Amino acid sequence: MEHIITPKVEHVKLLDRYNAKNPAIGTLYLTATHLIYVETYNDTRKEAWILHHHISSVEKLPLSTSGCPLIIRCKNFRLLHLLLPREKECQNVYQSLLRLSQPVKYEELFAFLYNPKQNEQQRREGWAFIDTATDFNRMGLPNDYWEISDLNKDYEVMCSTYPSTLVVPKIASQATVMGSAKFRSRGRLPALSYFHRETKAAICRCSQPLSGFSARCVEDEQMLQAISQANPNCPFMYVVDTRPKLNAMANRAAGKGYENEGNYSNIRFNFQGIENIHVMRNSLQKLLEVCALKSPSMSDYLTGLENSGWLRHIKAVMDAGVFLAKAVADEQASVLVHCSDGWDRTAQVCSVACILLDPFYRTMKGLMMLLEKEWISMGHKFTQRCGFLDGDPKEVSPVFTQFVECVWNLTEQFPCAFEFNERFLIDIHDNIYACQFGNFIGNCQKEREELKIQETTFSLWPFLLKQQEWYRNPLYKRSVKSGPLRPNTLPLHFKFWCGMYNRFDKGMHPKQSVLDLLLALTQKKTESERKMTDLQRVSGILRFEYFHVTFKQNYGLTNKLRYINFKDWTQAVQGSDGFNVVIDQCM
Amino acid sequence: MEFAELIKTPRVDGVVLHRPFLPLVEGTLCLTGHHLILSSRQDNTEELWLLHADIDFIEKRFVGSSGTIIVKCKDLRIIQLDIPGMEECLNIASSIEALSTLDSVSLMYPFFYRPMFEVIEDGWNLFLPEESFKDLESMTDEWRLSEVNRDFSICPSYPPLVVVPKDTDDDTLLKVASFRHGGRFPVLSYYHKKNGMVMMRAGQPLIGPNGRRCKEDEKLINATLRAGKRGYIIDTRATAVAQQAKARGGGFEQEANYPQWRRIHKTIERYSVLQDSLIKLVEACNDQSHSMDRWLSKLEASNWLSHIKEILTTACLAAQCIDREGATVLVHGTEGTDSTLQVTSLAQILLDPSCRTIRGFQALVEREWLQAGHPFQHRCAQSAYSSGKLHGEAPIFLLFLDCTWQILRQFPCSFEFNENFLVLLFEHAYATQFGTFLGNSAAERSATLKLPQKTVSLWSWVNRPQEMEGFVNPLYEPNSLVIWPSVAPQSLQLWEGVFLRWNRSSKCLDEAYEEMVHIIEYNKELQKKVNSLRRQLAQLETEEI
Repeated sequence: MEHIITPKVEHVKLLDRYNAKNPAIGTLYLTATHLIYVETYNDTRKEAWILHHHISSVEKLPLSTSGCPLIIRCKNFRLLHLLLPREKECQNVYQSLLRLSQPVKYEELFAFLYNPKQNEQQRREGWAFIDTATDFNRMGLPNDYWEISDLNKDYEVMCSTYPSTLVVPKIASQATVMGSAKFRSRGRLPALSYFHRETKAAICRCSQPLSGFSARCVEDEQMLQAISQANPNCPFMYVVDTRPKLNAMANRAAGKGYENEGNYSNIRFNFQGIENIHVMRNSLQKLLEVCALKSPSMSDYLTGLENSGWLRHIKAVMDAGVFLAKAVADEQASVLVHCSDGWDRTAQVCSVACILLDPFYRTMKGLMMLLEKEWISMGHKFTQRCGFLDGDPKEVSPVFTQFVECVWNLTEQFPCAFEFNERFLIDIHDNIYACQFGNFIGNCQKEREELKIQETTFSLWPFLLKQQEWYRNPLYKRSVKSGPLRPNTLPLHFKFWCGMYNRFDKGMHPKQSVLDLLLALTQKKTESERKMTDLQRVSGILRFEYFHVTFKQNYGLTNKLRYINFKDWTQAVQGSDGFNVVIDQCM
Repeated sequence: MEFAELIKTPRVDGVVLHRPFLPLVEGTLCLTGHHLILSSRQDNTEELWLLHADIDFIEKRFVGSSGTIIVKCKDLRIIQLDIPGMEECLNIASSIEALSTLDSVSLMYPFFYRPMFEVIEDGWNLFLPEESFKDLESMTDEWRLSEVNRDFSICPSYPPLVVVPKDTDDDTLLKVASFRHGGRFPVLSYYHKKNGMVMMRAGQPLIGPNGRRCKEDEKLINATLRAGKRGYIIDTRATAVAQQAKARGGGFEQEANYPQWRRIHKTIERYSVLQDSLIKLVEACNDQSHSMDRWLSKLEASNWLSHIKEILTTACLAAQCIDREGATVLVHGTEGTDSTLQVTSLAQILLDPSCRTIRGFQALVEREWLQAGHPFQHRCAQSAYSSGKLHGEAPIFLLFLDCTWQILRQFPCSFEFNENFLVLLFEHAYATQFGTFLGNSAAERSATLKLPQKTVSLWSWVNRPQEMEGFVNPLYEPNSLVIWPSVAPQSLQLWEGVFLRWNRSSKCLDEAYEEMVHIIEYNKELQKKVNSLRRQLAQLETEEI
C-alpha cells in the first residue's frame, strides 16, 4: 500500500475511440491489487477491474484543455484512455501504477496474497490434480523402449531448467545421457515429449548442440541413435531445428549451432524458420498498433496486418507442428526438435504437434496437462517471457500467446474436435499474466520448488474446471475418430483473432453469440431430460394405480395383473407408450 | 439455329474429371445443347451436370496426343477434363465455347427447362407490386400507385407500377422523368413504419454543365418531407465524380434549389472497378502458392473488402438518417440501378425485420433488384474468370449478397435463412434453369421475353418445403429491432462460403453445422415430449379424482 499516493480520483473521463464525443465519467480507485474504474450513469453502475499485473505500460500524455491523459495498455490487450482532471493526481496515479505494475520481488505477486478460502488439503488436492507422470503412463510409458529416469532429480548434474524426471531411451546408458547433456546448450538434453502409441514414434525435445563449426560428441551421437532405435518402425529419424537457417548458422560462431548430418547416423535434418523472441515481440507490438487505430480503412488494416508479420509467424509455428505430426503419424518416424535453448519455439511446436496427434490434448484436462508438461515443467520461462517482475524488457515475448492462437485456429478449422471453447483459451492466457495462481510463476521447476509455490499458492486448474460449463464447446464430439487433425495451412486459412486482440472493443464482435445460445440449449436439455424422467416416473405410478383400479372394476382381472410387478411397469412406461405394452400383456 | 450445329463432337469416352477434394471420375463426356455431362455409368458415382451458361472461361492444354480442358465456372469452381485425342479435345473445347456464349437470351436453358416438380405456388405471382402496395396503404395514405410507366415508355428500366407521393400527378412525373437519368424519377423504396420516414431512390438529376433545374423534381421530393424537417440525399459517388458528371449532362442536386436537403457523398465504386476487384480477389484465393505476406497484400490490393465496407457504411448511414434522425432519405448514384440498389436494399435489411425472413428477402430481391431494374443479364454475363473486353459485367449483386452475409454473421440469430440461401442466389444470378434473373428490366422480362409464361421462377422451386429445409437458419429468433452491424475492418471477413468454397474441404464445417442443427432439433423435441407428458399427467390426476 505504500506505493499508493492517491487512492481515489473523481470525475475521471474514460475515452472511447468510437464515441469520442460522449466519454464516460467515473471514479478511479487504486487498491493494492487492482485499478478500479467505476462509471455511474443514472442508476447503472459499471465497473472495470484491472489487475496491476495485467498492466503492461502506463503512458502520461501532455496536458490538454480537457484534462491530463493517461494511457494504460494491458497484457490482456485492453487499452484504457483516461482523462484525469488534475495534473497532480494524474502524476500520483501514474507513479503508483508504474510501481504497482512492475513488482520487483516474487513475494509481491498476487498469488502469494491470494486466499480463495481453501484449506491445506484442498490446496494439495488442487496441485495434485494435474500430474504429468500420469500422462506418460497414459501413453504407455515406461515400456520396452523408454524409461523414466531420475538422473536429474536434484537439478544439478544435468540440467537446472528441466524437471526432475525425464523420459529417455531405455538403451541409452547413464554415460550417454550425461554426455549428451554436456553437449547441449544449458544441459537441455534430448528427452521425450510425446510417445505415439500406434506408430511407436516419439517426439523428443532438446536445446541446440554445442557443435560450433566442427565439435562432435560421441555420447550425443549415441543418444540420437538410441532415440532412433527406440522406434522399431522407421529406420531414420528427423532432427528439426525450428529456427531459420541463418540464425542457426550464426550460433555456430558462439560454439553452438546445429547437428552436422554427417556425424549422426540416419538422421534427416531440416530447418523450420520460426523467428526468435525479439522478432515476435516487435511483431505483436505492430499488430497491437493496428488494432488500436482509430478508424482505419480496410486498406490501412490489411496493410498493417501484413506489415506486422504476425500471421506469418503463427503460420510458421503451425507449419512446424504439422510437419512433426505428419512425420510421426504418416511416416512413423521419430522426431527430435530444438531451437536455441529449447524452451520457446520448441515448446510451441511440440505442443501443437501433440494437439494434432492426440485427441486427449483437445479436452480441457488434456490441455492443462499439455501446458504442465510442455511449458511449465520443461522450463518455458514464464516469469521472463510474460514480464511478471521488473526485469529485462528484451526477455519479454508473446511465445505462449502464439501457441494459444494456433490452438484457436485449429478450433476454427475443426469446430467439433475440441472440448473447450475460445473463452477457455483466453482465460488461461489472462490467468497466466494475472499471477493470481502459482502455476506459471517462476521460470522452471527448480525455481518453483525454491519459491515453495505449491505450499504458498493455489493451482489454477481446479478453479477453471469449476466453471467448465462456461468453457464447454457444445459442438464437441468425443467420438471424433482418432488419427491426427490435418489442418489446412494455406495462408488464407489463418484469420485475425479479433476475439483476442480486440476483445474489449465489444462493438466489433457478432452481436448474437451462437456459443451462448447452444450452451443454454444443452443446459436446458439436461434439465428437460431430468424433468422427463421425473414425469415419466410419476405418470407411471399414477397409471399403475389408475389402471389397477379400473381393471378391477371393469374386468376383475386382478389375478393377471399380479404378474406385472411395479418395476416392469416403469420400464415399460419409459420404453415407449407404455400403456399399450402393458395392456397387451394383460389381455 | 440448331444446337447440333454447335456441337462438333457430342460424345467422348475415357474422359477423366478432376474436381477439388473429390476423387477422380473416369467416364463418358456428353455435350447437349445446354449441358456438359460426365457420367461414369456406375450406379454409385455422382454424375457431373454442368450448365454451359455456368462456364465462364476455358483453357486448353495439350500433352502428346491427349488434351486437357480446364473449365472455370461462374460459381468460381474450377474443374479439369482430361480428354483422349487431340481432335476430340479441340472439338469439345470449341463447342463449349460456342454454347457458353450464346447471344440470344431466348436460347438459354430456362426456356427449355421443364420442371420435374409440381408448381404449387407460382413464383411469378408471389411478389406483385399491387400486393405490397396494399400493405403500404394500411400504414399511410400519403402515397399512390402510379401507372404512368405502364408501357415502359417513360422509364424503360422501371416496372409498370411505381409508388409516388400522393399529390404528385402523372404529368409531373413525366417532367421529372426527363430530368432524371434514364427517366428514373424518385420513387418510394421503403416506408419505415416505426416513424413514418421513407427512403426513395432515383437516377442522378440531369443538371448538366449549366445547372439546369426542374421545379417539379424539387416539388416531388419536397412533398415527402415533414414540416420543418430536413431530408438527406445520399449520393453514392465521391464529390469529384459527381462534379465530373455535370460535364456529361448529369450531376447532383444543388443546395440553392434544394435548401431543405442535406447532400452526403459516399464512395461506392462503379461497376468496372468492382469487376476488376472480383477478378483480383478470386485470383488471390485460387493461388495456393502464396506466402502469408503475399496473400494479405493481394487481398488488400483486390479492394474487395474495402468495397464491402464502403457499401455497408453507406447503407448504415441511410438507415441511421431514417431511424435515428427521423429524416427522409433519397438515394442515387449515376444510373440508380447499381450502387443505389445496394444501399437501399441493405438499409432495408437493417431497418425492417421482415426483410430478414425468407419470403421477405425474396420480396426484397424482387422489389429492389428485379423490379427496380438492375441489369442482371449484363452484370452477370461473366464472372471472376472473365478476360478481355467487358460489357458492363460487374458483381454488384454478389457484393450485396456478401454484405448481407456480413450482417448475418454478426447477427446469426436474426435471419430466417442461412448462408446457403445467399450462395444459392449467387449461383442462380449467374447461371440457372430458372427465369427469375434473366433480362435486364421488368420491361424485358415481361414484354420482350415473356418470362412468366415461358420459364419457371426460382421462387416456385425454392419455396417448396423439401427445398426450403436446407435454407432455414435453425438459430432464427425473430428480432423486431433495427440491427446495426459493425463496419470496422476487424469485423468484416472474407466470405469463405463463396470464395473458398472450392478451395477447402468443408467436411468439418458441415459436421459442425449438422451438430448445431441436431442440438436445436433435439431440444425442441424434448420440450415437446415434456409438455405432452405434463398434459397426460394432469389428465391422469384429474381422472383419478
